[in-house]
Amino acid sequence: MSELTHLTLAEARDRLVKGETSAVELTRAHIAQVEAKRHLNAFITETPERALAEAEASDARRRQGTAGAMDGLPIGVKDLFCTEGVRTTAASKILDGFVPPYESTVSGNLKKAGAISLGKLNLDEFAMGSSNKTSAFGPAINPWTRRSDPAAKLVPGGSSGGSAAAVAARMVLGATGTDTGGSIRQPAAFCGITGIKPTYGRCSRYGIVAFASSLDQAGPMARTVRDCAIMLGAMAGFDPKDSTSVNLKVPDFEAALTGDIRGLKVGIPREYRPDGLSAEISDVWEKGIAWLKDAGAEPVEINLPHTKYALPTYYIVAPAEASSNLARYDGLRFGQRVPGKSLDEMYAKSRAAGFGPEVRRRILIGTYVLSAGYYDAYYAKAQKVRRLIAEDFRKAFETVDVILTPTAPSPAFGLNENTDDPVTMWLNDVFTIPTSLAGLPGLSLPAGLSSDGLPLGLQLIGRPFDEETVFKVAGVMESAAGFDLSPEGV
Amino acid sequence: MAYLIEGETGAWEIVIGLEVHAQVISNAKLFSGAATTFGAEPNSQVSFVDAGFPGMLPVINEVCVEQAVRTGLGLKAKINLTSVFARKNYFYADLPQGYQISQYDKPIVGEGELILDLADGSTRTVGIERLHLEQDAGKSIHDMHPTKSFIDLNRSGVALMEIVSKPDLRSPEEAGLYLTKLRSILRYLGTCDGNMQEGSMRCDANVSVRPVGSTELRTRCEIKNVNSIRFVQQAIEYEARRHVEVYESGGEIRQETRLFDSGRGETRSMRSKEHAHDYRYFPDPDLLPLVIEQAFVDGIKAGLPELPDEKKARFMAEYGLNAYDAGVLVAEKTSAEFFETVAKGRDPKLACNWVMGDFFAALNASGKTIEEPPVTAANLGAMIDLITDGTLSGRLAKDVFALMVETGKAPAVLVEERGLKQVTDTGAIEAAIDAVLAANPDKVQQVRDGKTTLLGWFVGQVMKATQGKANPALVNELLAKKVQG
Amino acid sequence: MSLDISAVRAIATLARIELGEEELAPLAGELSNILNFVEQLSEVNTDGIEPMSSVADLGLPMRADLVTDGDIAEQILANAPEAAEGFFTVPKVVE
Repeated sequence: MSELTHLTLAEARDRLVKGETSAVELTRAHIAQVEAKRHLNAFITETPERALAEAEASDARRRQGTAGAMDGLPIGVKDLFCTEGVRTTAASKILDGFVPPYESTVSGNLKKAGAISLGKLNLDEFAMGSSNKTSAFGPAINPWTRRSDPAAKLVPGGSSGGSAAAVAARMVLGATGTDTGGSIRQPAAFCGITGIKPTYGRCSRYGIVAFASSLDQAGPMARTVRDCAIMLGAMAGFDPKDSTSVNLKVPDFEAALTGDIRGLKVGIPREYRPDGLSAEISDVWEKGIAWLKDAGAEPVEINLPHTKYALPTYYIVAPAEASSNLARYDGLRFGQRVPGKSLDEMYAKSRAAGFGPEVRRRILIGTYVLSAGYYDAYYAKAQKVRRLIAEDFRKAFETVDVILTPTAPSPAFGLNENTDDPVTMWLNDVFTIPTSLAGLPGLSLPAGLSSDGLPLGLQLIGRPFDEETVFKVAGVMESAAGFDLSPEGV
Repeated sequence: MAYLIEGETGAWEIVIGLEVHAQVISNAKLFSGAATTFGAEPNSQVSFVDAGFPGMLPVINEVCVEQAVRTGLGLKAKINLTSVFARKNYFYADLPQGYQISQYDKPIVGEGELILDLADGSTRTVGIERLHLEQDAGKSIHDMHPTKSFIDLNRSGVALMEIVSKPDLRSPEEAGLYLTKLRSILRYLGTCDGNMQEGSMRCDANVSVRPVGSTELRTRCEIKNVNSIRFVQQAIEYEARRHVEVYESGGEIRQETRLFDSGRGETRSMRSKEHAHDYRYFPDPDLLPLVIEQAFVDGIKAGLPELPDEKKARFMAEYGLNAYDAGVLVAEKTSAEFFETVAKGRDPKLACNWVMGDFFAALNASGKTIEEPPVTAANLGAMIDLITDGTLSGRLAKDVFALMVETGKAPAVLVEERGLKQVTDTGAIEAAIDAVLAANPDKVQQVRDGKTTLLGWFVGQVMKATQGKANPALVNELLAKKVQG
Repeated sequence: MSLDISAVRAIATLARIELGEEELAPLAGELSNILNFVEQLSEVNTDGIEPMSSVADLGLPMRADLVTDGDIAEQILANAPEAAEGFFTVPKVVE
């Protein structure tokens, strides 16, 4: 453990600017922590040599006065982003040995800003999961443990579980995540860090292994709101290579952290308080509301009537798109091939061997809901309900500026819990999925600890392309929460 | 006369609908920046997008959209300002994404029409159902290795227009005329080169039959990827007869995809397509709906060339050509242009006769193309001028034309070199006539006795005496005077 | 809605995923559970609602017709499990 690994990304940046540390020093410190925390299985691929070479180049840039916004800052990249010359797995066996000859736009943007990648982070296979347990490389482990049972391994959440674990364990200053139904926000909540899924279209999807194209969105995961603001600024931007990327100027997100939220209206949706919501979650939510009130914002009860249909809608739309997006993994041009006597046999064997059970299940469901005779009943119906869900938010945002909800219905669970029924597992994303379906920005920040010592997150949801308000409100809540804890042993 | 198949139980009518895949003329592919040229090294015109690599995304090529709209306008079709790209999901070795990006329930072009020019000069209108944009697949090559198929993705992602006719065609001949006309329109528009050998235009034929008088639509079979107009016609004919035989022997036709074996002149079931396909179309979430402005359409409309039907009407009105001649001349833009160059400022009928007659014959015989013709339009025009000013008789002109084909020289030069100028000097012609009359007093008498048919023989003799150079009209006139005394 | 074994087999064939006989019954149960779960959407009145296939509310951006890519056959083939003479290769497809 080194002091350098306990800096926030913003603090490390400021030290670099002042010449109080170097990119090489920072990188070395974090590489040491990556090695020290290997048991968390946060990384699928470590690239320390590359990172050190980049750190040297970064220090040279700084000497020449050409340093970028994130120059010299060690980060990690979710292994769903294609990285030129570095193995990319999507945590699946089917991509075995795949080395992309191209770089995703988002990881490329970070590189251009000078950020230094220490490697590729673990995730649920093809980002399908809420626990990281579906990774073909074994699960990443949450650095947090229960006070009552410190020996029990907990999940970091998913799918960006490796990213969350690495940030929480101080292995990196920040990490990229992707979020399709909660894959940034839920692991951020489980690991006591901050993460934001920006508005759909804010970050390019080019070069990110696709799960569900109409929902997938990249975002930053870091230890503070400011760190996320800095990182999102470097990641975002219009990309002509992604037809769904939006041609808007990237605002200075960091500048939005004014601390002044007086007069802002904060929506509190009644539907996010279902029967059986745990008292702990409910309490932390109430605390959040109180902090905002204290800061001069006005809580407003709102209705999002179609909330309960978000989960079933998502579990039609996302698998349908996934079943098509994952058709390209056929053992022909890249990845793993299992020989077969015929072409079809080769496909069927390669895909059976390459995809894990959760991915297979989702491909099968997706295939089914798109198939002849079922399309209207399932897929078309879900797309209609999706519009109703988006409309709920649109109407709510006519009266409120931001919406506050819990991020997840529970703190991190044990590695050996919640495994039986996929539908129960999916309930983890019940609070994050509606935002994804509506394409809105959603941020999770740690708001406190459970009685058993585990982090609990709150979610702030904003208007389309109004991440600035989300960051501003999050900044105020962060100060009020005073959550500067780190997991035991970190 | 309707085309019918005479079966044992009566006469049967054929119902044909054609789906044409026309490769869009563009530099780059529909959704990537890779080139589209034919015949490149394997996998050299492939981007990561075309090869379906992880994380790759499509971005549409504006010119391909323009070309589809242009073609739609050329087919007098409805242009849909909002259209949607959908994924057609199926697994095949040359389909890297595992789906084809196509358009399903919201194509860019809706209903239109195409006018068939029938052999008797009449026309018939065939409905166009729709036109949509889609990606081509790559190519599987099965004959390079005993146990393996080789995959080349150069074509993968090239833009195609699928143009679907209504089931309005009733004979193999009409199917042929439809394809010829469609190709002609596409070439006029510059949206597809129409080359069926290279596969830039491919045709699937949907064929069914029904007893004459019936209006039902029976089960159809789809004959895939036939690569010449002649084969399309053969395939339809074979398939229709097969249907009649099956029905008449008490059987049923199963809806299926069939392949035409040009060697045997037969269609056969494609077993690989047997197990029911379920394409699971859904809107491509990587592509938003394609929304185009009316102004975009209007701009394309303003730049449309004169199309074959309009040109044909103009040729008939402006040049007084009959429907058949006009139809033949406008079938290719280049032949229409050739004709107009020849006809400009000249007798259009004479120009038409020469282009349709000797010129087309020479073109066929020489194996040349109209872009590099055996006789240039300028030379053919100059030759017609020599006919008109009396320098050449029709007969001499044929000789001059043959020499132009042979030497490529200008007609005036050939007339000069070979002394082919028509003799119009009445003195010289009269001398020749006198000589012939003097040598054949008995025949002169016969004519005078009323056997006027012999006059033709005298004309021939005079022409022979002048080596064909005498102006035939003058010979006739002077001979008549002299014989009658 | 519940799926039987033969339905699961048909879906798996469509999705080109080989399943062992012993996998069919458990999967039929899991998939049926999921379908039962999503079944609740039928309660929602969606008359007159347009399906929403994307949240992005913009037109489709277009690219100029320029050749900017390709000529990278080596990279295209670099990750291939099997290739020969510049082609990808697969078990022979009999047409």
